[in-house]
Amino acid sequence: MKLHFNAIYIIWLREMTRFFRAKSRVIGSLAMPLFFLVILGFGFNASIRFSDIPPEIDYIDFLAPGIIGMALLFDSISSGLTVLMDKQFGFLKEIMVAPVDRFSIVIGKTAGGVTTALIQGILILLISLVIGVKITGVVGFLSAIVFMILISVSFVCLGLIFASKMEDMHGFQLITRLFAFPVFLLSGAFFPLDNLPVWLQYLTYMNPLTYGVDGLRHSLIGITQFSVTLDLLVLVCFSTLMIILSTYLFSGIEVD
Amino acid sequence: MYSIKTDKLTKKYGDLRAVDNISLNVKKDEIFGLLGPNGAGKTTIIKMLATLLKPTSGFAEVCGYNILSDQDAVRKSIGIVFQNPSTDIELTGRENLDFHARIYNMDKDVRQERIDEVLDLVELSDKADIFVKNYSGGMQRRLEIARGLMHYPNVLFLDEPTLGLDAQTRRSVWEYIKRLNKDEKITVVLTTHYMDEADYLCDRIVIIDHGKVIAHDSPANLKNSIGKDIISLQVADGKNFLNTLTAFDFIKGMELHDESLYESLYLSVEDGERMIPRIMDIAHKEGVIVQSVGLRKPTLEDVFLHFTGRTIRDQDTGKKEHFQRMVRERMRGTR
Repeated sequence: MKLHFNAIYIIWLREMTRFFRAKSRVIGSLAMPLFFLVILGFGFNASIRFSDIPPEIDYIDFLAPGIIGMALLFDSISSGLTVLMDKQFGFLKEIMVAPVDRFSIVIGKTAGGVTTALIQGILILLISLVIGVKITGVVGFLSAIVFMILISVSFVCLGLIFASKMEDMHGFQLITRLFAFPVFLLSGAFFPLDNLPVWLQYLTYMNPLTYGVDGLRHSLIGITQFSVTLDLLVLVCFSTLMIILSTYLFSGIEVD
Repeated sequence: MYSIKTDKLTKKYGDLRAVDNISLNVKKDEIFGLLGPNGAGKTTIIKMLATLLKPTSGFAEVCGYNILSDQDAVRKSIGIVFQNPSTDIELTGRENLDFHARIYNMDKDVRQERIDEVLDLVELSDKADIFVKNYSGGMQRRLEIARGLMHYPNVLFLDEPTLGLDAQTRRSVWEYIKRLNKDEKITVVLTTHYMDEADYLCDRIVIIDHGKVIAHDSPANLKNSIGKDIISLQVADGKNFLNTLTAFDFIKGMELHDESLYESLYLSVEDGERMIPRIMDIAHKEGVIVQSVGLRKPTLEDVFLHFTGRTIRDQDTGKKEHFQRMVRERMRGTR
């Protein structure tokens, strides 16, 4: 395996160029998480108190890291769509016939997907600050970015895995959404996980996004369910596994 | 000196032998054609040579590199223009070329220079900075040819280079192919189901049908192998003239057809152009009035017919290709 930096760079640059040329995509994918944040945030804030959230923390502060996790999840996984579009439009052939290691192609694609997801994550975080979400400080902000990257890498690669096995763009969107919703609902983005029924709790423990949201929450508002070390460990392992798996499956793509 | 050698190259899909024991060779710096009807296996051969598909069995070498054990070396030494569009229509022409140059790891100074060079070659310099979705079909095809040339490949594969282009654009694409074969000293391997294209462009061809090689030679030799030129004459008294002509042994065969006012005489000869004046001389001496003369050369179509008993047919392109084309057309229209 050899890294071709020129190739990684240009594959990344192409994703960026296309992203910034599609303004509607940026605005469209920001809207959903912001609806959730504003409506749920202010709605629940007014009338519901979760006993597991310390009283000095508002519900909207608790929710904000979860919504960032959600935005990252959906945006990352849908970056597999770019592979399917390349398949459909024939451009994938141009990439696959190039004298470049498949690992470099996956890294370039992943870097592209992670960057776009990260831009959205940071934008949501900034908007949250504007509407009054309180975070711990600059260190927290930076450590949140580390978690954002790990979450994005994991789910961008997962999107590539789906994409390498599928042909149809609509099918891809359907399947990934079907997959992403339970992942997002069971990640503790909306509610604390401590008092869930045991069987549900096990499900949340198997969910990598749970650790991502927990890590974000620790970074931004200082509360955590697991330890940050465990969060990091799980995410690093999971994202590494996803990179390896997506490289393997990507190498098997035959373009016709 | 061969650029490509294959030995018993085979690709099976289940029971279907898409490519069946193909052995061929392509000489350095020639234009080589794979000619056959749609579905004959031409594209599958190209894809195996370009390392995009793995053969089921057999051996193939491109520029001396094995297509299985030396994939990267093969990829570096070839350029390929696919049958279906494969540019990024959301990028400009120049950006497409830049993408290609970088993914082939070309140095910065070489890159810029080469982009301008190939753009100039296909006469797209003034269109370089507009989005590909606003290109016409012919411009897109030319851009793809330019892209295939970017990294100085030794062999350029062109899969149906003029499919779906109008007559005028076809002509100009032919000229580009001829010119770059000469100017860039590049071996060109093209697939086509157009007989005239193979005839006009190729130094040598293989005719492929149902995955098998049915003929492998230069177009001229192939045409000569199946017969002679046919001269048709319209004369007033055909029978007499026919008797006169039997004395000349450069005429290999004769047929007389009665056609209302005049009689038509069909003579098969070698080197038809040179024989017409001789026949005119004879007619003149005999006092035979010739109303009209025609010369017909055997075409590759006749060659194909001769070897397969069928004419080459133009089938529908596959559903998927059709879809890709449709989508791209639509994207070009909107914006």
